Amino acid sequence: MPIYEIVFYVFSLVMLAGAVMVITVRNPVYAALSLVLTFFSAAAIWMLLEAEFLAIVLVVVYVGAVMVLFLFVVMMLDINVAPLKEGFIRYLPVGVLVALLMAAELLVVLWSKGRFEAGAYPLPAPNPEGFSNTKAVGELLFTNYLLAFEVAGVILLVAIIAAVALTLRQRAGGHRQNPSLQVRVQRDERVRLVKMKPEPRQGS
Amino acid sequence: MLTLTHFLTLAALLFSLSVTGIFLNRKNVIILLMCIELMLLAVNMNFVAFSRFLGNMDGQVFVFFILTVAAAEAAIGLAILVVLFRNRQTINVAELDDLKG
Repeated sequence: MPIYEIVFYVFSLVMLAGAVMVITVRNPVYAALSLVLTFFSAAAIWMLLEAEFLAIVLVVVYVGAVMVLFLFVVMMLDINVAPLKEGFIRYLPVGVLVALLMAAELLVVLWSKGRFEAGAYPLPAPNPEGFSNTKAVGELLFTNYLLAFEVAGVILLVAIIAAVALTLRQRAGGHRQNPSLQVRVQRDERVRLVKMKPEPRQGS
Repeated sequence: MLTLTHFLTLAALLFSLSVTGIFLNRKNVIILLMCIELMLLAVNMNFVAFSRFLGNMDGQVFVFFILTVAAAEAAIGLAILVVLFRNRQTINVAELDDLKG
């Protein structure tokens, strides 16, 4: 099945190229767009691994929501990029050295004879026609992992409240209502009875 | 013939690249956050690959939770970034030394 390999290598190359662009480009907007490319290629590879639901979640949630949030922030803040790139050249050797060491260590583990030896785990047969990845994930999620699922919902709620609370700003001179004061208002503060003599109608 | 090792290698390379990114862009908080997202993607790639090759769906459920937490982390991180920029007019990590760490 050569098509599997072609898809894998093409999308892997695009993904790694996107990752390289994320860490090297000067402009954070381009970095965010490269990250979108990286996520998209990763979604394609997950599709190859028959994790269709997660692939679509990656595109919808990550590319659609999180990366748009990143782009919003990057474009909203007026960032002077020049000082942020200082030390790029200075840290290049040590960064590349650490990365090469790390990659070499991982590759030695992965490609040496033993547990992960190439061919130890060949590609399993594709799922039968009519198999629903979404259904399988959902069944697990709502049975074995129900508590974790609900905790995840609470985490998202906490994140919403935290993000709003962090960025909420009371502007000076803004007009706002204070419901507490409105509820506690007394009759005497609003209504004033005026005693006055009756006056005859004009012209009669 | 694709094997599990191919996918693990891909994730390992992606993870190493994101570590390099943290070294190279140690002044720019936004790129640092993006590098963390890349690392999470590499880890998720491992989970999905193992899930496929071992025929166990639990790995995909884990990826689901990691994506949830990563989204929350990105939202809070960017909120902190916005507040930081509002107060200091900069996102340069080198200038954020108020805690004298």
